[in-house]
Amino acid sequence: MNDKMSKALVSVKNVSVEFDYQDNFLSRKQKIQAVKNVNLSIKKGSFVGLVGESGSGKTTLGRAILVANKITEGQVIFHDEEKDYDLGSISKKELKEYRKLSQLIFQDPYAALSPRMTVRDILAEPLEVMKITKTRAETDDRVREIASKCRLNLEHLRRFPHAFSGGQRQRISIARALVSNPKFIVADESVAALDVSIQADILNLLKSLQKDLDLTYLFISHDLSVVAHICDEVAVMYLGRIVEHAPTRELFSNPKHPYTKALLSSIPSIDPEKQNKAIELKGEIPSSMNPPSGCVFHTRCNYANENCKKTIPQLEILNKKNHQTACLRINEI
Amino acid sequence: MSMNALLDIKNLSVQFDTDEGRILAVHNISLSLNAGEVLGIVGESGSGKSVTAKSIMQLNPDNTHYDETGEIIIDNENVLRFTSKEDLKKIRGGKVSMIFQEPMASFAPAIKIGKQMVEQLLLHKSINKEEAQSISIDMLKRVGIADADKRFNQYAFELSGGMRQRAMIAMALSTMPKLLLADEPTTALDVTIQAQVINLMKDIIAEYKMGVMFITHDLGVIAQTADNVAVMYLGNIVESGPVKEIIKNPKHPYTQGLIDALPDIDNLDASLKPVPGSIPSPLERPPGCVFHTRCKIYEEGLCNNEEPQLKSFSSNHKVACLKVDSNE
Amino acid sequence: MEISSKKKEAYFTATQMQLVSTRFFSNRSARIAGSVLLFMIIISIFSGFLSPYDPTIAGRDKEYENGSPQMPMFWDENGFSLRPFIHTKTKYRGADTNFRWIYKIDTEKRRYLQFFVKGWEYKYFAYNINLPGKNLDFRIPGLTFDRHLFGVDTGGIHLFGTDKAGKDLFGRTLSAIYISLAVGTLGVFISFVLSLIIGGVAGYYGGWIDGVCQMFTDAVRTIPPVPLFMCLSAFAPNTWSSELRFFFIACLLGFISWPTLARRVRTHLLTERSQEYILAAQLCGASSTHIIIRHLLPSFTSYIIVDLVISFPYMLLSETALSFIGLGLREPVNSLGVLLQNATKADVLLNYQWYFLPVLFLIILILSFVFVGDGLRDAADPHKNK
Repeated sequence: MNDKMSKALVSVKNVSVEFDYQDNFLSRKQKIQAVKNVNLSIKKGSFVGLVGESGSGKTTLGRAILVANKITEGQVIFHDEEKDYDLGSISKKELKEYRKLSQLIFQDPYAALSPRMTVRDILAEPLEVMKITKTRAETDDRVREIASKCRLNLEHLRRFPHAFSGGQRQRISIARALVSNPKFIVADESVAALDVSIQADILNLLKSLQKDLDLTYLFISHDLSVVAHICDEVAVMYLGRIVEHAPTRELFSNPKHPYTKALLSSIPSIDPEKQNKAIELKGEIPSSMNPPSGCVFHTRCNYANENCKKTIPQLEILNKKNHQTACLRINEI
Repeated sequence: MSMNALLDIKNLSVQFDTDEGRILAVHNISLSLNAGEVLGIVGESGSGKSVTAKSIMQLNPDNTHYDETGEIIIDNENVLRFTSKEDLKKIRGGKVSMIFQEPMASFAPAIKIGKQMVEQLLLHKSINKEEAQSISIDMLKRVGIADADKRFNQYAFELSGGMRQRAMIAMALSTMPKLLLADEPTTALDVTIQAQVINLMKDIIAEYKMGVMFITHDLGVIAQTADNVAVMYLGNIVESGPVKEIIKNPKHPYTQGLIDALPDIDNLDASLKPVPGSIPSPLERPPGCVFHTRCKIYEEGLCNNEEPQLKSFSSNHKVACLKVDSNE
Repeated sequence: MEISSKKKEAYFTATQMQLVSTRFFSNRSARIAGSVLLFMIIISIFSGFLSPYDPTIAGRDKEYENGSPQMPMFWDENGFSLRPFIHTKTKYRGADTNFRWIYKIDTEKRRYLQFFVKGWEYKYFAYNINLPGKNLDFRIPGLTFDRHLFGVDTGGIHLFGTDKAGKDLFGRTLSAIYISLAVGTLGVFISFVLSLIIGGVAGYYGGWIDGVCQMFTDAVRTIPPVPLFMCLSAFAPNTWSSELRFFFIACLLGFISWPTLARRVRTHLLTERSQEYILAAQLCGASSTHIIIRHLLPSFTSYIIVDLVISFPYMLLSETALSFIGLGLREPVNSLGVLLQNATKADVLLNYQWYFLPVLFLIILILSFVFVGDGLRDAADPHKNK
C-alpha cells in the first residue's frame, strides 16, 4: 500500500464539494452535495477513468482537482517531484506554479476555443500568460512543436476555429492543454461530442501522447465502452460518491456493486445475438440537494435492506486485484 | 418494396439554399418501411438522416428545396406534394408522429404537459376534452410514469430528463400514429435511463404494431431495436438491409469502418481503429463515390469518377460500392 | 459549385470582423439602407454648403412668406436651357380666388441658377457655451465659410418652399437632420457610457451586486418617460443658450434610455463569462484584466455596435416627439421635431402642404437606421458556425 502511495501523483482524501444554490436573490439558500467523501489515488503515469451518469459529481471532482471549484472538506494533494501542493489551501504563488502542471481538456470543441483568435494565438496564450517563453520566437517554436505532436497541419495555424471540424478542434484543445508541458491532464468528456469515427482517432492520440510526454490522465466520461478501451483503472461514481474502483479488466469482467452491474448491462451491445435485457433500476436519480440517507443508492437498488437506509458504506478492498467497492451487502449478493 | 409498405420514399433529394450556395443534404435516397417494423437510420454528422425524417413531416426550414422527382408515399399519397394546412395536419401528429432528441424542445415551457397533450389529441381526433384527458393520463401510465395524474398537471421543467422523454413518447403515441419517427431519442439520456426507454419503446412497438423510423448515430442501439438498417453518409445511403446481416457481414467500407471504430466492451484487447480522414464539408462533395476520400479500397480512376448505385448483394442486403460484386 | 481554394483560405483566415462585414454587405436591404444613411449624414454635415439661405430667422425671405416649393427647370415655353432656372412666383389673394392664396408665375423672366455663390456665413466647430456662473463661459471661434452650392441673383430660390416667416424650408430641413443626428449621437453616447458601467458591473460580478443593479435598472425603466421629461425640462431655464439646451436635452435622453442598453450589456457579459474558453484562460492563471481585454471586450464589441445602432432610431423618435410637444429643442435651434410642430395647424394641410417634407426625411432616416441595425444584427449572429 505504501509503495503505491509513494508513486501517487494526486491524492484525494475524504474530499467533499458543496455548492450554494439560490433560485434568485431573495429565496432560500440550498446546498448541493456534488461530491461527498471521495477517496482516490491517481498514480503517476496511469490512465484513470471516472465514470458516472448525471449528478454523479465526476465533472465537479475533476474540476476540484484543478482548483476550478472550491473544496469544502478534505484534502487534495498534488505530489510533484520537488514539492507537494495542498490544493485546498494553496497560495497564489503556488497556484501559478500548479497551473503549469495540470490542465483540462474540455468536452465541447466548439465552445472551448475563442472564435476571435487564430489557432496560433490560442496555443500561444497559455505560454504568454504563464510566462513560460520569453520571446515570440520561442513561443512560435513551442507552438509548432506541440501542434505537430497533435497532428495539426502547421499551415493551418493562422486560421480561425471556424475553419475546422469537430475532431480537428478537439485536437487544438488538446494541444492547448499540452503546450505548457503539464504532468497531469483532466479530460472532461473529451470525446463525447465527436462522431464515432473520429472518437477513435482522438483516443489513440491521447494514448500516444501519454507515452510520448509521460502524462497522467484522469478521463471523465459517461461512456463505459470508451473508458474500457483506454483506461487502466476505472472508478464508478454515483451521486457524488465512488461506489466501485478497480483495474479496468477486473471491473468489466467482475463487477461487484449493484449499480456497476446495472450500468454495464445497460450498454447496448452491437452484437444482435446478445439481446440482453438490461437490469432495470427502479426510479430516477435522486437530487443532489436531497440525497437519500445511508447508502445513497438504496432507493434504486434491488438488494437494499433496512441497514442500507441507515449506514453509509465505505470503500473496501475486496480482493488482491485492488478491487474496491462500497456496498454493505457485498458479501451476500 | 412491397405494395403494402407503410412508408415508401423514392428518389428523395433535398437541398438547402444558403449564403454559400446550394448544399446537397440528401441525394437520391429510396427507403421503405412496413407496419410493425423498425427501420434504423445510422449516420454521423452531415449524413442527412435528420433531414430525411423531417422531410416526411415537412419540418425542414424555408430554404429547403425538394427535387421534383422525389416522392414520399404514405397510404398511397405523396406527402411531399402537400401544401395545404389540412393535408399537412393529416401527417403532422395524425398519421405520423415524431419524437426528438431534446425533450425540452417538444414541450412548451410555460404550459402544463397535460394541456399540451390534450390539445394535440383534440386536433387530430374528434373526441371531447374529458376523453382526451383520460387517454392522455392512460398513455402517461403506459410509458411508466408513476403518479400520472399528478404529472399531468406539471410543467415540463418539473420532470427529470428520462421522464420528460417518456412524456414526449406518450404525447407522440396518444394520437395512435401509423408511423413514428424517432430522431436520436435516447442520445441525451443517461445510459441506465436509455436502457429503460429502449425497453419501453420495444414493448410499445410490439403492442401497437406501428412502423418506426429510428434515427441515431449509435449502432449499439440499432442492433438492439431495429429490424432493418440503412447506413447513410453525406446524404447517400451506402448500405441497407436486415440488422443482423449488416452487422455480421458489412460490405461497404464505411459500414465496416464504423463497426471497427466502435469500442467493443467484450474485446478490450482490440485497438481502436478510426475511419481515416474527416467528413468532407457538404460544400465540397467529393466527385464520384462520396466516400472515396476516406476509403481503404479506393481505386483511382473508378471511385472518383463514377457514382455507385445501391445494388442488391444478397436478398435484402443492398450496397452502394463500385468494388463490391452485386447479384444483379 | 466549386469554390476556389483562394476563396476558401480567405474564409478560413478571416477574422470575425471581416466575416461580419462580408455578411453585412451581401445583404441587399442593408446595403441600400446603409447608402441612404450615409447620404443623409453627408448632406446634414454639409447643410451649410447646400442651403442657399440661413435657416434661422436671420435668413428669411420677406417677399416669399409661406411660399410653395420652387423646382429648377430646364425647359419652359421659351425653349430648352442647359442651365437650370426658376420663375418668379408671386402670391395673390383676392375676392376672385375666394380669398385663397394662389400663385401667379411670371414665365417671361428666367432666373438662372448660379453655382458656388457667396452667401450667408456658416461656421464649423464654433461653440459659445454659457454655463451658470460668470467664469465658466467659453467660446471657440471655429471655421467660417460662405460658399454655397447654388443660389440665384435676384429674388430667392426655395426648393422646399418657405414657412410662415419666410424661412427657407430646404435649409431648415438639412440643418434639422444634422441637429437630430447630433442630439441622437450624444444621447446614445451618454446612455452607452451609463449602461456600460451599470450593466458591466452587474454582468461581471454577478451575485448580489447583479441583483441590486437589476432592481435599480428596472426601477428607472418603469418611470414613464414623458412626464419625467416634462418635469426635467421644466428645470431648464429659458435663459440658457440654445447650445446648452441642446446638451441638456441630449443628456436627458441618455439618462432615460440607458436601462434597455444596460440590460443587453449585462446579458452579453453573463453569456460570454460562462463560455468555456474563458474557463480555459482562467485555468492558465490569466488575470481578470487579461480576460476582459483579450476575450470579453472583443466579443462584446460586435454585439454592442449592433445594439447602439438599433437604439438610434428610438433616440431620434424620442427627441422628435419631445420637440414636437415643445419640451425638447426650441427655436432658433431646429430639429426635425421642431419642424414637425409647425405642421400641426389645420390650414397647413389645405394650403401649405410642403411643410410635410421634413416628415418624409424623418421617416427615411429612421427606416434606414432600422434596416442597417437589422442587417448588422443578422450579420453578427453566428447563425451557422458549425
